[in-house]
Amino acid sequence: MRENLHRFFRAARGAGVHVSPAESIDAMRAVAQVGMSDRAVLRDALLLTLAKSQDEKLALGDCFDLFFSQPEPRQDQPEADNNDAPQDADQPPFSGAPGDAGKGRPPEGLGPLAQMLLSQDRNAIAAAIAGASGAASLSDIRYSTQRGIFSSRILEAMGLQRLRDDLDGLTATNPALAERLRAALDALRETVRDTVSQGLALYAREEAENLRNEILRNAPLARIERRHIAEMRALIRQIARRLRERYSKPRKRQRRGHLDVRRTLRRNAAWGGVPFLTAWKRKHRDRPKIVALCDVSGSVAQVSDFFLLLIHSLHEVVDDVRSFAFSSHLIEVSDILESKSPEEAMSEIMSKVGFGSSDYGSSLVDFEKEFMSTLTPQTTVIVLGDARSNNLDPRADILRRISDRSKRLVWLNPEGRLAWGFGDSEMPRYATFCSVVRQCATAQQLERAVSDIVATYQ
Amino acid sequence: MADQKASTLIEAVESGLAAQGYIASRQIATAVYLSQQIEKPILVEGPAGVGKTELAKAIAAWRGMKMIRLQCYEGLDEAKALYEWKYAKQLLYTQILKDKLGEVLGGAQTLHAALDQLHDFGDVFFSKEFVEPRPLLQALEQPGGCVLLIDEIDKSDAEFESLLLEILSDFQVTIPELGTVSAITPPTVILTSNSERDLGDALKRRCLHLHIGFPEQRLEERIVESRVPGISQTLRRQMVGFIHEIRSLDLKKLPSVSETIDWARVLVLLQASELDTDIVKDTLNVLLKYEADIEAAAPQVTTFIAKAARSNVFG
Repeated sequence: MRENLHRFFRAARGAGVHVSPAESIDAMRAVAQVGMSDRAVLRDALLLTLAKSQDEKLALGDCFDLFFSQPEPRQDQPEADNNDAPQDADQPPFSGAPGDAGKGRPPEGLGPLAQMLLSQDRNAIAAAIAGASGAASLSDIRYSTQRGIFSSRILEAMGLQRLRDDLDGLTATNPALAERLRAALDALRETVRDTVSQGLALYAREEAENLRNEILRNAPLARIERRHIAEMRALIRQIARRLRERYSKPRKRQRRGHLDVRRTLRRNAAWGGVPFLTAWKRKHRDRPKIVALCDVSGSVAQVSDFFLLLIHSLHEVVDDVRSFAFSSHLIEVSDILESKSPEEAMSEIMSKVGFGSSDYGSSLVDFEKEFMSTLTPQTTVIVLGDARSNNLDPRADILRRISDRSKRLVWLNPEGRLAWGFGDSEMPRYATFCSVVRQCATAQQLERAVSDIVATYQ
Repeated sequence: MADQKASTLIEAVESGLAAQGYIASRQIATAVYLSQQIEKPILVEGPAGVGKTELAKAIAAWRGMKMIRLQCYEGLDEAKALYEWKYAKQLLYTQILKDKLGEVLGGAQTLHAALDQLHDFGDVFFSKEFVEPRPLLQALEQPGGCVLLIDEIDKSDAEFESLLLEILSDFQVTIPELGTVSAITPPTVILTSNSERDLGDALKRRCLHLHIGFPEQRLEERIVESRVPGISQTLRRQMVGFIHEIRSLDLKKLPSVSETIDWARVLVLLQASELDTDIVKDTLNVLLKYEADIEAAAPQVTTFIAKAARSNVFG
């Protein structure tokens, strides 16, 4: 029973339910109370102890149904073999005369697997498969390419070698029986293959997902394949959630600063200046204010897509975000991002300003003309772009004024450091006015960059 | 054998709660049974009005135990939830005992000796007599055990959660001046939450997590039957069917079980024998609590009544 539950916990983790050791102990204790016989009660008990939110309950419920749709592996395999004899009686004849010949008196000298197959005892076969998958540690399966090796390991553990010998022997002595055995073996192979596929679905999910996420996290955003975009979006959303959890909790205690002597004396004037009541200065903390300028020209469109998505999801942490998008001219996109779903917002922004050739100079002019007043000494300005201005006037002087007006100016460039300054890249000229310039090509770098920006306001 | 016993015991919980007028689903009964067996608190989540608080009341009534309720709100702190020193009493006693203290210390020649003598009295003023127990401490001090209901935990601050952790996992609290107070009998703890904010993992880990959603039609009929005995079977079916239709709408606040029961009472008071458009429109404000919701639902009333009546024929 314990073995089974452990495998279930592993499967549950694969399904995205967070099962800590403490929770698994609770689940064990709960199962010890309710027993395994009543499946509905068992399901309830596991759902109660392991899943801690409605989503997790759904996932765990599905996982439970999948897990227990396969026969329970029984550790007591010899016993299952012994059960063969009484069950023979109620098995319907397999087919015609040769079946009758085989039934009733299993041919002498055959291995246990051959006897089991010939007697058509489904329960015993299922139990044997389950036992063998335990022996072959099917729960360690990780990748779909391992299916073959696990299937053959299971068959090996069930005694395939002996069965082959039996087959060879029978082909000579009893061809009809050998034919039947061969058919049964094929059926067995199929069943084992199904079992392994199910095992893969149950146990491999966790590992495969982790691996894929790890790869995606470090993949250059600009070169992500189309089919990975949805997954990437999910990953970005995860990052946003993590940032939100880390930074949205108010931290109270740190706010008390030095003793405010003047207010303390005034408040305690009634006691002759003996300080019964103390008054403290409060540390001033800036409200996060972020202005994001995002290049959406053809060359960096995909990266900025993800960046806008992150900004979109970050609205809950930072109250005051204003976002602008530009390629040849600049528009404000805060309203679009706030009022629409991410997908709609992206396509609307792209249709308005996207995919043009970039002109940093005129975009900065647009910004200075209309939105310069949004910058305050508390503002962090983030610019996302490759600084490739098609040899047009970069207007670095405007960037200097932006930098002067704001608290910090952070430039995130999706290109590698090596490419800066080559061709039409104006990065070195802009970099002199930026507080921070960093490369930001992968999801991980994006997360670090945004995390650092938000952290300065804590 | 143990398995057999467990399912009969769960049924016993179900019928015990039913005797108190609380019709529990199998899952709820299992949760109550398990929390008793493995001594874990239950964290109940779900929309408002599905009977989260009622569950605690029903358990207390069924087991004949006292129920101690702690209503959470923003700014709830240790002094209001756990314990507080009785400052006034401490002050009063020192005044009264002033002379006594003088006598005791009178014999001492030096300041040092006086201090030593004072030490012998220990922490007289920080002893159990001067502690004012608040709900959490009260719950631990009940000799026969009790049901501790921590209501709407999501309304409290995140710091308050951490305060609860010691009680929830070990059924004890630590008062710096007195030491650790352990529960005489571990109380049955029920926490409720409307998921207004996400609770911390540490808190969730210590609890069984029970989600109570809107009940199925059959179950809801049984609930109405037990709570409003005067209602006829046809009307009961129709009204529950109608409410299930309403819940399929996209509303600001869906009517939950408490609204169903209120509505049943209203219909009985108005002596309705079956649902018709007029009576539903007149009493819709019992079910729906927002003007916008009523406006959204009003045009659908006739169709829903027809649907409810039709399902009635087949059901």
